[in-house]
Amino acid sequence: MQHAKEIALPKRETRILSSISRWLVAASTIPRRDPFAFAGLVLYLIFILIAVFADSLITHDPREILFNDEYDLASNLTPGGDHILGTTYSGRDIYSQLVMGTRGALVVGVTAAVCVVAIGTVVGLIAGYFGGLTDTLLMRLADIALGVPFLPFVIVLAAFLNPSQWNVVFGIALLLWPQSARVIRAQVMTLRERAFIEAARVTGAGPWRIMFVHIAPNVLSLSFLYASIAVGWAILTEASISFLGFGPSDSVTWGYMLQDAYASQALGRGQYYWFIPPGLCIIGVVVAGFFISRGYEEILFPKLKD
Amino acid sequence: MLLEVRDLVIDYRSTRGRVRAVDGVSFNVPAGAIIGIVGESGCGKTTAVRAITRVMPSSAVFSGGSISLNGTDLVKLSERDMQKHLWRDIAYVPQSAMNALDPVWRVGRQVEEVLVARGGMEKKAARVRSEELFAMVGLGANRLSDYPHQFSGGMRQRASIALALALSPKLVIADEPVTALDVVIQRQVLDTFATLQKQLNVSVVLVTHDISVVAYVCDYVVVMYAGKVVESGPVADVLDRPAHPYTMGLYNAFPELSGDDRELSPIEGSPPDLLDPPQGCRFRARCPFSIATCTQDPPEHLVGEGHIANCHRATEAADLRETAKRTETWVGVTTE
Amino acid sequence: MNKPLIAVERLTKRFDVSRSMTDILTGKRPQLQAVTDVNFTLQRGETLGIVGESGCGKTTLGRMLIKLIPPSEGTILFDGKNISGMDRTAELAFRRRAQLVFQNPFDALNPHFTILRSLREPLHNARVPGEEHVSRIAEAMGMVHLPAPDHFLQSLPHQLSGGQLQRVVLARALVLRPEFILADEPVSMLDVSVRAGILNVLREVRDRMGLAAVFISHDLALVRYVCARTITMYLGAVVEDGPTADIVGNPLHPYTKALVQAVPIPRVDQSHAPLPITGGLPDARNPPSGCRFRDRCPLAEGRCASEVPPLRDVGGGRRVACHLV
Repeated sequence: MQHAKEIALPKRETRILSSISRWLVAASTIPRRDPFAFAGLVLYLIFILIAVFADSLITHDPREILFNDEYDLASNLTPGGDHILGTTYSGRDIYSQLVMGTRGALVVGVTAAVCVVAIGTVVGLIAGYFGGLTDTLLMRLADIALGVPFLPFVIVLAAFLNPSQWNVVFGIALLLWPQSARVIRAQVMTLRERAFIEAARVTGAGPWRIMFVHIAPNVLSLSFLYASIAVGWAILTEASISFLGFGPSDSVTWGYMLQDAYASQALGRGQYYWFIPPGLCIIGVVVAGFFISRGYEEILFPKLKD
Repeated sequence: MLLEVRDLVIDYRSTRGRVRAVDGVSFNVPAGAIIGIVGESGCGKTTAVRAITRVMPSSAVFSGGSISLNGTDLVKLSERDMQKHLWRDIAYVPQSAMNALDPVWRVGRQVEEVLVARGGMEKKAARVRSEELFAMVGLGANRLSDYPHQFSGGMRQRASIALALALSPKLVIADEPVTALDVVIQRQVLDTFATLQKQLNVSVVLVTHDISVVAYVCDYVVVMYAGKVVESGPVADVLDRPAHPYTMGLYNAFPELSGDDRELSPIEGSPPDLLDPPQGCRFRARCPFSIATCTQDPPEHLVGEGHIANCHRATEAADLRETAKRTETWVGVTTE
Repeated sequence: MNKPLIAVERLTKRFDVSRSMTDILTGKRPQLQAVTDVNFTLQRGETLGIVGESGCGKTTLGRMLIKLIPPSEGTILFDGKNISGMDRTAELAFRRRAQLVFQNPFDALNPHFTILRSLREPLHNARVPGEEHVSRIAEAMGMVHLPAPDHFLQSLPHQLSGGQLQRVVLARALVLRPEFILADEPVSMLDVSVRAGILNVLREVRDRMGLAAVFISHDLALVRYVCARTITMYLGAVVEDGPTADIVGNPLHPYTKALVQAVPIPRVDQSHAPLPITGGLPDARNPPSGCRFRDRCPLAEGRCASEVPPLRDVGGGRRVACHLV
């Protein structure tokens, strides 16, 4: 029989470190197992780095109206020289707008996604575990949120509050949580019947502990899945709002760039270098999110052996 | 000899590499005999018998050996030719009878379909034959108009046996047919197999992990471990005079209802990973009798009439048996 | 101590079953009586086996004993106190003294928890002070003969074999030093050569800790190995109760007789005689009147259809529910 001093409970720090290192080792096999998820992760990483180092990467102030040497408006310049991607109709540097827009996009996207998923997960956990009246009430609330038409609501919100990035985040959080909530609720309802949850009950855990300590890790991968999809959704929404003219006028985002290009009839002038880059970036983030969602299980909980 | 399996080798292609689930397995099935194939999870018994009927996942590959049914090598046949043998010469009863019965059709209709489509019978004749088949397995003719979900587990199992017998095959492969059944129903199903053997001279290959089932109904037994046959022979010989340490260990691990209250001893350790099997005898790591020579492949020893054991020490089997009966023999084997 | 640890009286459990269209239209709510009027006691340190086939209600009975589902009627007294209607403190106290070992070792542990974390959970919930955790865990692991080096404790369930997992499940049940363990088919999902190990551990733990245990199984041979006393159940009712050796050697109730005779043994010279039982399990929603076993019983007479046989004391610590014994 083992004596008590023969096992020492490993210190909290070592336990955390060993979990992290175990995750890292297993995660290093991701490129082999799911190359798409890996590609998605790399793309996200690139965008995050660009957003973080945006200040050092831009060549001009994105909002500054630029003039050329003859004091004329430096508008509609084609890519080359000082301006990697040329300038807009009002003389602003496109490249700098694109880089700064990354920051705006990610802030909106990530914040909105986190809010949506946080609300959805908590609601899903509570509704799924308690069932009964709580479940009915929460799901009816979800139905109401789903019934509200999305874009018009955000537009109305923008009309009531000052147009800013946070309206978009707020609107998305209010209306998009039901999708993740429903799926997580379904997952919780199956998990509730599993033996290890019964074991948690038998060992004395109360319902809140069971929900947030025992069940939650098993639904986190679903949350993550929705989060990666929601980032794309949020960015698309922000772009749509901005494109329609209801977006924030104080910051530069990709949607704003598209709106500006449209309003200045860039297509007619063949200024592809203006609107294609932001369009591609939006597509890139959404697709990266999609790829990550395909391999979410692998990323979050890589198993050391099959 | 109805069926001869010789040196059968089957691999599974997995993301981790090639797993050799069945590694050179040989056994014979005489006409009108019930053979039990016994072993634990991962020993390859299910893979081996499914290979006989070719009911295998796409990741499984025949890598060697032959399966001769009345002289025809089934391994060499094409899918189409193999289809001709299925149902008519060989039938398969899966572990979960729900896999054999379509839930949206009435059971009688499913039996008739086999008879008409594969047996070329007329509908009326098929109807009569269905009633006969059900009677053979102890199910009333009125049950033919029921759906599978209206049957209990034991009845479904018997219905899938009836289905398997539809075209009077000479060989029935049953994969763990009684594992999920209660003991009273289990007895009825096993008695059904015995009746089939007596009345119709049907051979049955019965895969199970339970040696009591083998003792109850089988004539011969094949013991498998980690993809290989370790011992085979007439049931009475193998159970009363086991010659392979694994069989001896299995016997010790089984609680008995009658007889004295002997202490059980587990076989310590687990079966080897077939992705990278050990050299020589695969049971070596868990065997209390292993010696230096066991790092080489064990030879096949004839220890009695039709009774073989693949063990280096098979000649000492009588002494080893005595030692194996003591529980201390099995303690601390894997910690050496 | 003559006061039993567990006393079960008139225990009954009914479940709602799915309604057909006619039921909905006529306002009927059909129910299934899974457990009917069960009475027995369990002394401290006693192991009781509950044997029966699927649908006999043994699992439902077990879940009521461990307070996972509430009874419809009747009482369960644990150390004199009714386990229904307990407040949170009383319930936690109960949970410290009564634990459960599951059938499926692969599902009984949270796949995201390390072994250490799973073992600490009961200690945490019972508010055992942190300093004691290590010694309790070491003690429990020693009792189930599991090694306790760091890397084992830091493993995740998917890295362990079935036998090791079941030992961890048992260790988790023992870490609170309970007085009572419910084991529901604890070895049925394990390989044959591994089962013996777990059964031996159960026997050893029972002897060393003086645990009372209820062992639910459909396998009479397993129950015989572990339990001194056995109850056989049929369609929700107890039909026989007595020392295991007597039940196996000299079964009195016709159903127990059939059950004993039906169990195959690993010897070629065994009886192949037909079982003294006919037909299959009746529909549990509409059980036969009077004695539930009568439509399959070779000895049934008129009285069996009109009167439910009570569980009578027939001496030698045995009780049987049959008019003809």
